[in-house]
Amino acid sequence: MASLTVTDEQVGVTPAKVIQPVWVRVMHWINALAMILMILSGWQIYNASPLFGFRFPREYALGGWLGGGLLWHFAAMWLLMINGLAYLVTGFATGRFRKKLLPITPSGVLHDVRAALTFKLGHDDLTVYNYVQRLLYAGIIVVGVLIVLSGLGMWKPVQLYYLVMLFGDYPTARYVHFFCMAAICAFLVIHVLLALLVPKSLRAMIIGR
Amino acid sequence: MAKRSFLIPGVDKRLLIKDSLKAMPDFTRRRFIAGGASLGALTLLTGCDVVDSSSAETLLAQVSKFNDAVQAFIFNPDALAPTFPESAITKPFPFNAYYDLDDAPDIDGKDWKLEVRGLVDNKKSWTLDELYKLPQVNQITRHICVEGWSAIGSWTGTPLRDFLKLIGADTRAKYVWFQCADKDGYNSPLDMRSALHPQTQMTFKYASEILPRAYGFPMKIRVPTKLGFKNPKYVVSMEVTNDYKGGYWEDQGYNSFSGS
Repeated sequence: MASLTVTDEQVGVTPAKVIQPVWVRVMHWINALAMILMILSGWQIYNASPLFGFRFPREYALGGWLGGGLLWHFAAMWLLMINGLAYLVTGFATGRFRKKLLPITPSGVLHDVRAALTFKLGHDDLTVYNYVQRLLYAGIIVVGVLIVLSGLGMWKPVQLYYLVMLFGDYPTARYVHFFCMAAICAFLVIHVLLALLVPKSLRAMIIGR
Repeated sequence: MAKRSFLIPGVDKRLLIKDSLKAMPDFTRRRFIAGGASLGALTLLTGCDVVDSSSAETLLAQVSKFNDAVQAFIFNPDALAPTFPESAITKPFPFNAYYDLDDAPDIDGKDWKLEVRGLVDNKKSWTLDELYKLPQVNQITRHICVEGWSAIGSWTGTPLRDFLKLIGADTRAKYVWFQCADKDGYNSPLDMRSALHPQTQMTFKYASEILPRAYGFPMKIRVPTKLGFKNPKYVVSMEVTNDYKGGYWEDQGYNSFSGS
């Protein structure tokens, strides 16, 4: 490990505390891109046979038509799945999930929701997530797992029959897939809004500190 | 002193990579470096100019081919589609085509003949009466459309693999290519492995009644392991071939394997 020693240059310089390690930042932005591609191409696929009485605006649906939307969806899925798997493995292995997201107590969530709604929620130490953040971040990981499982089941309902059974049947897996997408969109709106309200959190996700 | 960039405070990233590489076994090291090349290919996807749609389309088509290869590698092509009780049948089973029911082929069963071509020993054409005499089986399976909707139906007919055996088809050929009577000339290729799947059927009846016009009279090919558009209706000929001859929807960009 001889080559890893600190050079004279660094002595005396105390670098700011790392809030987001580099693996979190890289995976976060890959995930952001993959999610947006999956959502927009998913809208195109939804429009071919809507579950509800509306369609997504054509200009936002990726792929031009159903065939193109499917090609985008089944290409971006690799990005989402490989990155997502790597994130889950690293998150558990490094203990980040346990350290950052737990515990989540009802009283803690209630207290912080109240504080947030009255704009009294402090953001002095970005390395510690408040209870609202913990709940949202843990929740969106669960939604991410669900949307991938229901999507895989719909993609290969014969080969991955047990995945379809997990949700009951094929049509139910479709609804689960849709509502997970809706949850991710809602998360995205809140997440981006809050990041803009606390710009230093956005900076931490880009340069780490 | 040379300018250095630091990914982790106090750690020179070039030296870190050098040390990490040394710690890897030789085989892993080579794969790690080879992996870098494919990561570079991945940035093509993210960095590609979407406005230049032809390059994006080429790339997407390549990924689609890659997906086919992955599927062929990890999935069992003989896996059976789930079957359902009669109570699960969707009523009414939807009519679906790129035209209205009024424009569906209206075929006279007495004049119709199934033409057999290509790599088969016996190229004789088959009348409907001759086909009706072949042993038939029933299946209640879910039809899944590429659009996402699905419906459970009851189909009765002769397993395609039995018929292929009967006519002495070369089952080492790559495809069975179906041509249909739909307007604009519907056709679709079926890979041989799927053609030989035990549930793939030449369907003559729906819900124990002679196949109605809406569902493809006189003959439909029911492939419960494929999306709906790979289940041709109003079939007039089948050709056993090694050539990929394309298909109505396949040519427009739906994945030709489209197996579920």
